[in-house]
This record gives sequence, C-alpha cells and structure tokens, in this order.
Amino acid sequence: MRPSTPAEGTQPWAPLDKNPARYVPKPFIEVEQLSLHYGQKPAFHDVTVSINKGCITALVGPSGCGKTSFLTSLNRLTDLIPGCRVSGRIRLDGLDLLAPNTDVIRLRRRIGMIFQKPNPFPLSIRKNLEFPLREHGLRDREQIAITIETVLRDVGLWDEVKDRLNAPALALSGGQQQRLCMARALALSPEALLMDEPCSALDPLSSGVVEDLIVGLRNHYTILIVTHNLAQARRIADYAALFWVQNGSGQLIETGTAKQIFEKPRDPLTAAYVSGMRG
Amino acid sequence: MVKTLERNLDGRELFASILVWSAAALVTATFCWFLGDIIWHGLSQISWTFLTAPPRNAGREGGIGPILVSTALILGVCLAVSLPIGVGTAVLLAEFTTDASLFGRLTRRSLDVLSGVPSIVFGLFGNAVFCKMLGLGFSILSGGLTLACMVLPILIRSTEEGFRAVPAGYRLSAAALGLSRTTTLFHLLLPAAVPGLLVGLVLGVGRATAETAALIFTSGYVDRMPESLLDSGRALSIHIFDLSMNVSGGDANAYASALVLVAFLLLINGTASWLAEHWLHRRIVTI
Amino acid sequence: MSRWPTDRLLLWLLRGVAAIAGAIVLLIVTFLVMEALPVLRHVGVARFFTDPSWHPTEGFYNLTPMLWGTLFAMVGSVLIATPLGILSAVFCHYYAPPVIARPYRRLIELLSGIPSVVYGFWGLVVLVPLIGAIHPPGPSLLAGIVILTIMILPTIALMADASLANVPQQYLRGAAALGLPRWATVRGVVFPAAKSGLFTGVILEAGRAIGETMAILMVCGNVVQTPHSLFDPMRTLTANIALEMAYALGDHRAALFVSGLVLMGMIAALVGAADWISRGRIYG
Repeated sequence: MRPSTPAEGTQPWAPLDKNPARYVPKPFIEVEQLSLHYGQKPAFHDVTVSINKGCITALVGPSGCGKTSFLTSLNRLTDLIPGCRVSGRIRLDGLDLLAPNTDVIRLRRRIGMIFQKPNPFPLSIRKNLEFPLREHGLRDREQIAITIETVLRDVGLWDEVKDRLNAPALALSGGQQQRLCMARALALSPEALLMDEPCSALDPLSSGVVEDLIVGLRNHYTILIVTHNLAQARRIADYAALFWVQNGSGQLIETGTAKQIFEKPRDPLTAAYVSGMRG
Repeated sequence: MVKTLERNLDGRELFASILVWSAAALVTATFCWFLGDIIWHGLSQISWTFLTAPPRNAGREGGIGPILVSTALILGVCLAVSLPIGVGTAVLLAEFTTDASLFGRLTRRSLDVLSGVPSIVFGLFGNAVFCKMLGLGFSILSGGLTLACMVLPILIRSTEEGFRAVPAGYRLSAAALGLSRTTTLFHLLLPAAVPGLLVGLVLGVGRATAETAALIFTSGYVDRMPESLLDSGRALSIHIFDLSMNVSGGDANAYASALVLVAFLLLINGTASWLAEHWLHRRIVTI
Repeated sequence: MSRWPTDRLLLWLLRGVAAIAGAIVLLIVTFLVMEALPVLRHVGVARFFTDPSWHPTEGFYNLTPMLWGTLFAMVGSVLIATPLGILSAVFCHYYAPPVIARPYRRLIELLSGIPSVVYGFWGLVVLVPLIGAIHPPGPSLLAGIVILTIMILPTIALMADASLANVPQQYLRGAAALGLPRWATVRGVVFPAAKSGLFTGVILEAGRAIGETMAILMVCGNVVQTPHSLFDPMRTLTANIALEMAYALGDHRAALFVSGLVLMGMIAALVGAADWISRGRIYG
C-alpha cells in the first residue's frame, strides 16, 4: 500500500524550483489545440498545455474564461452536457482521451474530480465510500473497510467520524463534506485529481484544512486546480496557466512554472492580472 | 486497492437496460391495446345523430343526446357552486393567512383529507345530505352539489398556486400606492392569477366528468331529457356503466359513449397541461 | 390592519367561504356516523367482523370477506404497479432519448385522466373473457388486480417522474465523475435521493386502489366471499356499497354507511402509517 501522507514515508515537500535536480518534469496530460463549444457558443478556443506528473498546476483567471469547462473536458464530463462539442487532442500518458472507443468509466477512475460545492451522496458516510468501490469491482469486505479507514485518515477525517460512519454524510459540516468528497475520489486510487475551486464554498478555517490536504497530496497525484484566489495559487502551485476572454471565447494566455508566472510573467496581461491591476 | 475491473459490471448494466426498456414497452403496449380497442369499436358508431338523438330500447339503439345535456347541467351546477367557494378559499389561503395561522392550517389540512376521500363515500354523503336531508331527491342538483364537494380541493390547490405565482412586487407596489386590499385583489391579483384558476377549473371539470360512483345515488339513472335541475338526469359515465352492466347487447353503444367521454377528457386534460406549461410555466401532475 | 371598510367585509366573507370548504370533511364524517349509528346500536361493532356472513336481509353483517377483497386487490395492484411505474419514470429520465421520452410521458399523463368506468368497461369486455378462457369464470380477483394496476400506474409513474426531476444535478455529476455507470447511479444515488417522493407516490396509489369503485365492480364478479385464489370472484367494500345502496333500507342501509366509515378508517390508517414511517426516515 502506498504511504498515506508525505510526513509518514516520503520526503517533505521542497519547492521544486530550488531542487531542480531532484525532480524531472514529465508530462502526464497533454492537451493540444483543444476547443469546446456549447452549441454555437465557444467556451474556450485552441488551448495547448502540458500538465506535469505529480505537480500542482493552477488554472487562474477571471470568471467566464472557460477554466471550469476546460477542467470538465479532461475527464469527459462534458459528454453529459447536451449540445457540447469538444475538438482537439487530449492525451493521458499517451492515451488519446477523445477517441470514440475510450472507456470513459475507466478514465474517470484514473482521473478524479472534486467540485466547487461539496456533493456527498445522500447516504451514510460509509456508504459514500463503499458504493463507488463496490461498483468498480472491489467486493472483499475487509479490503473495503481497510480502504475506507486509509482514505479517511489521508484526508484527516478518521478521528472525527470513526464513531459515526453510519451517520448521514449530509449531516457533516461543509469542510468535512468536501474532505469526504476528496476521500471518495482518493478511494479509487486515481492518478490525477481535477479540482474546481474546492475551497471557494467553504469558510476560511475549513478552507485552510482542505488546502493543506491538497499540498499533502503532491507527488502522489497530479493535481489540476481551478482557483480564483491568487494568494492560494501562489501558495500551493508548482505550475500555473492564465485564462482570459479574448475574441468572445476563453483563451490560454500564458503557462509556466508558478515562480515564473507570478514573479516574471512574459505577457503584459498576466502581469496585470497577478498584480491585481486587472481581473 | 482496486486494481481490477470485473467484467460482470457490464452484465448488470445490460440487465438493467433490458428491464427498464421492457417495463416501458409493457406499459406502452397495454395502454395502446386499451386505447386502440376503444377507438376501434367506438368510432364506427359515432355520428351527429348519435350525439343528439335520445336513447331507445334501453340505450341499445339511438344516441346520447339527453345524456350529454344532463352531463352538462350537472357540470354546470358543480362549477357554479364550487367556483365561488373555491376561489374565495384560495384567495383567503394565499393572501390573507400566514403559514402559522391556525385557521389556515386547519383549512388546508381538512382540504388535504378531503382530496383523499373515496368517491363512493362522496356518493354516500351526497345521498344522505342532498337527497334525503335537503329533500332534493335524485336530481341533477344533488349530483352537481356532490361533485362540487369533490372538486373543491383540486380547484383550491390550483388557484392558490396561481396566486402564489403572482410576483410579490405587485402587492408591495399596490400597498405603497395606498390601495385597499379589495381593490388590489380584484383589479391586480385576480386577473394575474387567472391562469392558475383556469387550470384548476379545467382539472376540476375533468375530474367531475369522469366521476361515476358519486353520481349513482345522487343524480339518478333516468335517461330522458331533463326538464329542470330537480329532475333526475343520467351522466355519460353512468350511461356507460348501465349499458355495460345492466343492458345485454348494449356494448356497441357503450363503446361509442366511452369514446366520446375519453375524447372529451383527453381534450380537457391536454388543455390543462398546455395551460399550465405555457401560462403558469410549471408542469402539473394530474393524478 | 387596513383602514378600508371593504377590506374588513371582504376578509369576513372570505373567512366564511373558507370555513364552508373546511367544514365539508367534518360534515362527511358526521353524516356517515349519523347514518351508521342505528345499526351500530342494534347490532354492535363486533358483529361486523364476526357474523357468519354478509346477508343483511337475514341480519348478518360480516364485512370481512369484502375487507379481504379490498386488501388483496390493493396489495396485488400496488405490488405490480410500483416497480412498473418507477421503472417508467427511470426510463423517461435516464434511458430514453428525448424523442421517445416526451411522448411516453405525455401518454402516461393523458391516461391518468381516463375515467374508471371506461377502464372497467374495457376490463369487462376484453379482459374478463380472456381470463375466463384460461380459468373459468372470468370475473375474478385477478381481473380486479390487473385493472387496478392499469389505473394506479399513472399515479406512481407521474409522482416518481416528478421526484426524479428533483434529484439535484450535482449528485448525478458527482456519480459520473466517479465513473459510476447508469444503473449503479440510479440504484445507489437517485433512489435514495428521491426516497420521500417515491414513498408519497406509493401511499397515494394505495389510497386510490382502496377507494376505487366502478372498475372493480365491473370486473370482479361481485360474489361475497373471501377469495382463496386469484381466479375467485369477489367483492370489495366499495363495490358492495355501490351495488346495494340502491335498494337498501333501514339497518341494511345503515350497515352500508358503516362500511363507508371503515373505508375512511382504512385510508386514515394508511396516511397515518405513512406519516409515522417517514418521520424517522426522510434523512436516512
């Protein structure tokens, strides 16, 4: 089994830019000229970016630039929206995700998603975690119990809920619900996590807890996080990408390491946005 | 952790698909069989003569003219009585009571219970009160009054919805202009709530026309053309019942009458649905 | 309170009207009780369940064969209509393409307005001979169950449809993001979320099944006996009232009012049980 937190088995996080020799960036998700249309309306256009394995990449930019649409196209959740068309290429570890015969269900096991508003199922805490596991083939009750405990420890919920696993998940606080949703996604052992503003619906205290959790997941998971909160992006991101609305649809303006985007941006728009002059 | 995806998951999904589609197919087939049968056997009998001539030979021959008239009269009585009471109650519940008021809660509760009362019990009630106690005997009036009691909950619920759909802004602006509540009601709110009212009206008509059990002991069986509201009159639903159960060889005309009744009701309920969707912008469930 | 005198007048007028509407239920119960009292006094309550049979002309008032008839017909039809109705709603929401789902839903909506006498008529001329060919006679508990099922199906289907429509989108997206296939999502997420609406639908359809008169009257054969097999003819409480009210006098007539009260009691018990069960369960 994999170690549950960096503190327990691996080296603590060190800023990537300070130890370039230790970490070799390897592209995990490669996006080429991706465009998305809702009917006739374009959400974003011609986005090309490479997401590196084991790193936290932040997607920043004002609302309405297509960041969330971009995120949901990566795990093909856009298939559920009627009238939505995606064109371009997405490769996950070499696999073409937009090919018609892609097993979408298997894909969504490899890429997990956390939504802006916590959405635990209207079931007990245990069932929230057990149900997806069973559906994906894990039947051994002991294994399930071990998995549930492990992921709940990983998200720091175990001590809070271990005595009431059969209580309804909807009775938990907002922060706890979001952490439960993260545990639910982690239980399936994904390789990447897509997070759509996971802290924006939470109070500052819970927000901090969830943020620490996300940082703790680095190296074990590839994380793509959409955030409005520039301070948060500065704190936790290894890489960043700026989206902006131009010519009526979202565009990717600049992408690079966090240090570069926030301290030495190349594009004047990026400079204006990260310094708070625009946005 | 989970490293393998068992293939039998596909089997379960496939089975579920088959189950769901089969259920839908079974339901569709049954209803088509039913409707098809009625239309097939009933259509050949329908003609203008059928719709206007009186029944002969206990209904085996002739038409349903007087019966349609009786039905219309019973409906008329029902609406004449239930509309004022229904609209008044709906106005009170929507505009003049708060959610906490005891009177409002009691009234709503009793209307809820009323909507669950079986139609035969309404028949018993109508018989005891209108026929016996008020001395109206088996008459169109008794039948209409009984149906009015049945139809009230539907009418009130829908009219109340209509009032609730009126934007709060109307009432606030009227109050700010110093208008009396009576004026506000009659000149602003009532016209705006008309869609809800109409939907309730149409639904009520549909429910009343379909009713049989409540009419058997209140409006009677006589199939002549009624001469006054105190005359006994036979409603269309009763006619179908009589022809099929008590008159041998009455099946052909029963089919035709059933087709007329079904066609009328489909029209009515279809209108109610359309009104609700386009005027009230919400879907109603005509259970 | 407003200064305008017309307002006060209007308020009292409306209150009066609402009081009339609210009083009807009370009146119904009162009149039922009043009409039933004579026989209850002569005969007592116990005999309605212990007399040798239902033969009012000879002074026997046992309601139990008809109670069983009502119960069997209700349970049988609810057991068949509920899964069919819920699956229909699932079909409309999650399996059917919109071009099929919309007419299907319309079909069920239109059919919910068809009067019971027409269903009964069709049952009488088509279903009963069919059953009679398999196992004579035709009029039977089975015919009653089939017709009742057809009649209450729209009730549960439409309630289920409305409940499924109210399931929050975020549950569906969350399930999709977890790679859960369609039926798993319906079974594991949608049904728990729609639980209370589905439950209400079942209660409504059961109430409708208990109260149904005409169709059951026309296809069940109307023999007063406790049915021992699906093919036995039988009579329900409602059919009993409809059949005998026309010529009943005195104690017989009062006894029919007693059965009316029993019907009201059954429905009240149903609604009460529903309230009690749902009290603890809604957030479960």
